[in-house]
Amino acid sequence: MSQNTAIESDTRLVKGDHDFASITKLITDIPQERTPLWWYIAFGISNVLLAVMLAMVVWLVYQGIGVWGLNNPVGWGWDITNFVWWVGIGHAGTLISAILFLFRQGWRTAINRFAEAMTIFAVMCAGLFPAIHVGRLWTIYWIFPLPNSMQLWPNFNSPLLWDVFAVFTYLVVSTLFWYVGLVPDLATMRDKVKGKISRLVYGTFALGWTGGNRQWQHYEKAYMILAGLATPLVLSVHTIVSFDFAVSIIPGWHTTIFPPYFVAGAVFSGFAMVLSLMIITRKLYKLEDIMTVDHIEKMNIIILVTGNMVGFAYAMEFFIAWYGGVEYEKFAFINRAFGPYAWAYWIMVTCNVVAPQFFWVKKFRRNIALTFALSIVINIGMWFERFVITVTSLAQDFLPSSWGYFSPTYVDVLTYVGTFGLFFTLFLLFLRFLPMVAISEVKGVMPQADPAYYRSQNGNSKSTR
Amino acid sequence: MSTKDKPYGVLAEFDNPADLMDAASAVNKAGYKQFDTHSPFPIHGMDDAMGLKPSKLGWIVLVHGLIGLMGGVALQVWSMDIAYPVHISGKPYLNFPAFVPVTFALVILLSAFGTFFGLFKMNKLPRLHNPLFNSDRIAKATDDSFFISIQATDPIFAEKKTIEFLKEIGATHTEIIPES
Repeated sequence: MSQNTAIESDTRLVKGDHDFASITKLITDIPQERTPLWWYIAFGISNVLLAVMLAMVVWLVYQGIGVWGLNNPVGWGWDITNFVWWVGIGHAGTLISAILFLFRQGWRTAINRFAEAMTIFAVMCAGLFPAIHVGRLWTIYWIFPLPNSMQLWPNFNSPLLWDVFAVFTYLVVSTLFWYVGLVPDLATMRDKVKGKISRLVYGTFALGWTGGNRQWQHYEKAYMILAGLATPLVLSVHTIVSFDFAVSIIPGWHTTIFPPYFVAGAVFSGFAMVLSLMIITRKLYKLEDIMTVDHIEKMNIIILVTGNMVGFAYAMEFFIAWYGGVEYEKFAFINRAFGPYAWAYWIMVTCNVVAPQFFWVKKFRRNIALTFALSIVINIGMWFERFVITVTSLAQDFLPSSWGYFSPTYVDVLTYVGTFGLFFTLFLLFLRFLPMVAISEVKGVMPQADPAYYRSQNGNSKSTR
Repeated sequence: MSTKDKPYGVLAEFDNPADLMDAASAVNKAGYKQFDTHSPFPIHGMDDAMGLKPSKLGWIVLVHGLIGLMGGVALQVWSMDIAYPVHISGKPYLNFPAFVPVTFALVILLSAFGTFFGLFKMNKLPRLHNPLFNSDRIAKATDDSFFISIQATDPIFAEKKTIEFLKEIGATHTEIIPES
């Protein structure tokens, strides 16, 4: 669109010499080529971890919650930490697919499919923990408002029940959004694959999409509405997760800053996770033209912003604890930083507040190795944030006589490690069988997609094909 | 539906989004109603070029959202205040502020269902077979090619005339699509 080629090459979202056909080929070839060796290795490892997770869950259900390190006074440990952490990771996917869509950020098209898949799988991992932490898994349906012989209903005053509705809605809406986005690309797959069976399968899920504008018209409307629905939803989900803590009266939990602070933290960790996954995937599948260094830089800016919001929230919590003048609240925060869990607190501060400061420098934002390393560091830091919040407040609350110290058991550790098996099993299947980049959307942001491109006298006269 | 010799319609291929848009505009002006343009991505301005009315999907979603709203309020008011009121830490039975999160989630959930099923209902999908797929070229509509299809059921459709007309407005290739 620009007349100056030098500027144009800087601002283009898709790098390299691509036309529509080469984009189609780049993405649709991936599920069609022979499964690479690394995929089998990674899938094998993931399957082993998944089996470990299932074994731990079975053991937990068989034996009872006692196999975790939970006891009085710490009744929420790694289970809730992991739940909040995984849900938070999921939030980046919705932010990229919905909020950046409403803000008309064209660069999201390269990573939205990928990030939405991450969202769905992360929410599945998250959902596991509240489900199994109830102990008697076979009565889990009591959390739903179903008519029953006791005529009892769930308590709608409880944030824990709000959470059930919020997370369930989030999983469903994310999946619908993801699938709506997939339909045109599944049609592309249908038209590209050679095998009869794969054609039938892709064709079935493409539902008979013809790329007709009478379909695109409703499709675009639906996409916008879903983005508009997902945006308040994603903000509300982590708000409600934070209500699990904030609505209680435990010192360190009972604070009004929790909702925005949790949402910022969720976006922060989610973007770090997208970066970790994306940096490996773009290399392995040679997608550097689509997922460019510009994308990495933009995401690092979001990490910098949300990281500083999180850092601000840490400081503000301290300030309000002092300013509020409540004895127990003051103690809770001083105890976090200097008490028995000080090691966890300072890991959290180092990873979440100090680490992202590198991204003030453009050179670091565009450094792929550093970004990868920091994205891992940030995810570790965010896990510790949830651990610090959940455990420190419970371990030492009002009465010194009932203080305790929480230590995880091997079941805690292996269940958490095992959820990575669940996550990567699903994610690797996604990479293998589905178009991992939104083909139609990437084409839509290329300059050749705009009719004006062909009418302008200065436009590149090269044909699109 | 139709006799064997009657075609489903004609399919014309165009070079790029700009040509497709001009052609769609011409087809619309010529008075055709049952036609569609096919492209690998949505083209901005195509709705106007084709003379399409704005999508009514938003109304479907609104209705579903309202069902979610009323259902959410009804569920909570009924179960907490009417069916089995339980006294919980001194809270009122009709604790409306506490009902907001669940009601909100249900509004979003129902609206999303409305959007999802409404979209496919309005697009007349899923569809097991579409005569358009009898053409070999239409597969490129999801890759890098641009098409206009005009159905034989259109009142002013006349096989030869329509094809000539499509060629006149810049089609690089035209074909007749059989019904089966």
